[in-house]
Amino acid sequence: MAEPVLLRNVGVPDSHKIEVYMQRGGYQALRKALKEFQPAALVDLVKRSGLRGRGGAGFPAGVKWSFLPKGVYPRYLVCNADEGEPGTFKDRVLIEHDPHGLIEGIIISCYACEVNTAFIYIRGEYEFGARRLEQAVQEAYARGFLGKNILGSGFNLDLIVHRGAGAYICGEETGMLTSLEGDRGHPKLKPPFPASEGLYRKPTVINNVETLFNVPFIVERGAEWYTSMGTEKSPGLKLFCISGHVNKPGVYELPLATPLRTLIYDYAGGPLEGKPIKAIIPGGSSTPMITPEHLDVPLDYESLAAIGTMLGSGAVVVIGEGTCIVRTVERLAEFYRHESCGKCIPCREGTDWLYKILHRIEHGGGREEDLPLMLDICNNIGGKSFCPLGDAALGPVRSSIAHFREEYLQHIREKRCPFQD
Amino acid sequence: MLSDKAKSEIQQLKARYPHPNSALLPALALAQKEHGWLSPEVLEEVAEVMGLSPAQVGSVASFYTMFNRRPVGKYLVQVCTNVACSLLGAEHIVEHLKRKLGINVGETTPDGLFTLLEVECLGSCGTAPVMQVNDTYYENLTAEKIDQILAELRRR
Repeated sequence: MAEPVLLRNVGVPDSHKIEVYMQRGGYQALRKALKEFQPAALVDLVKRSGLRGRGGAGFPAGVKWSFLPKGVYPRYLVCNADEGEPGTFKDRVLIEHDPHGLIEGIIISCYACEVNTAFIYIRGEYEFGARRLEQAVQEAYARGFLGKNILGSGFNLDLIVHRGAGAYICGEETGMLTSLEGDRGHPKLKPPFPASEGLYRKPTVINNVETLFNVPFIVERGAEWYTSMGTEKSPGLKLFCISGHVNKPGVYELPLATPLRTLIYDYAGGPLEGKPIKAIIPGGSSTPMITPEHLDVPLDYESLAAIGTMLGSGAVVVIGEGTCIVRTVERLAEFYRHESCGKCIPCREGTDWLYKILHRIEHGGGREEDLPLMLDICNNIGGKSFCPLGDAALGPVRSSIAHFREEYLQHIREKRCPFQD
Repeated sequence: MLSDKAKSEIQQLKARYPHPNSALLPALALAQKEHGWLSPEVLEEVAEVMGLSPAQVGSVASFYTMFNRRPVGKYLVQVCTNVACSLLGAEHIVEHLKRKLGINVGETTPDGLFTLLEVECLGSCGTAPVMQVNDTYYENLTAEKIDQILAELRRR
């Protein structure tokens, strides 16, 4: 692997302090951005880089920025640090080890989008990271990188670290805005999209931590550098979090389109105890699981879509032989049931029923008709829920029934979990 | 009840945001830090300082899992049992804690020291299994490690 970029400061002593960050070249991209670019030129640069949203949806960041209506102010930027998709822990690494990298990305992005007030919405459980960010924000104010007339440019920016309080739905962009407005984190109807009517009904940019973190590097090294990695449609670098049954779980930085096999075997040290791989969740808990026949799939948005799944947040969970798939999917269904915000009926009721059915199958009470029943419930949630959480709940259920139908039937026939002694 | 210091901090928070209502989550977190949990009385006081109705504040407090609406022990032990942790034995971690603490999930030890909860993904899947005690993460857990952690917390 080439010299790390996104993870370049991870492991450096005191990497979270501004002196260390600056010694290592930090805040140079900000100087360059303010000096050499007009805001519109920065939006264009990020557009040309092809940088796509790293939170899961993969929408091109520069295009999102260009949706801001002209001449409407104030505008806001909210950094989505509500990392809650099971399997995902990359943003936490960036926040804890390189908070200034994120702050620099936010400042440049706010300058590009003509935003003067920005927020980092960080999940409440990440208290350590939130404190690191708050310290880093104070340091940045003290050095004149935040506040009034940043580096003499005339550009002003106020940055607020805002803690969530335990709700996965607040990672959904409109749920996040409602929560930031001091309410229950219920999603809002789109359109209007946040770019035109978001926080406090003003134009709002929402980007994931990793997305914003990429911006200073693109400013420093150029759009061509970024597009020289990955594929034409999925350019650049991606952080992959790998967990589950592997020898060296962790966060690895790789160009998009790196084969899944390379990540698992060359970086994560291969399967734990040499056990064969049974299934892989490729992009966070909501992405449909795949089987080892797809180990050579390139990890990029299009290649994963072509085999019926998603790159998502880049969270790869490896499931080894000997693991009960029904139990694993039951646990995920329990998660979605718990995290459904209750606003819309298909998701609220549907996720509850999916969990109840999976629970009875796993505990010996499954019925022959449960598989078609679950698929029917999936069809009544999918595309019929208010926000993407409903659809997210279906990935594990549908894919596991497709790939492991026989294991489900065995549970039902034998009225027990064959993996329990 | 809410200290004057907390009340003035909430006022400062209200001024920090473009819209004062945005200070509600931090205000609730502050109140909980002071009292350990959010009793109906505390919620009413937060409502008053925020200039919101108690119903509004209560509805927000009940939405977020980190707001305790019942008293909890001095140490809130939260074990992640989501996918990555459960693949690496989170259930054994929970069982071990239940045995060691002599309580079930959702309960508090009679001495008021520990409350045990199962929680959703804590974002620490690369160092699973993991638990959070108050604000601190404990990672790569084993039964032995848990015994050490509990002994250390009891000594504090």
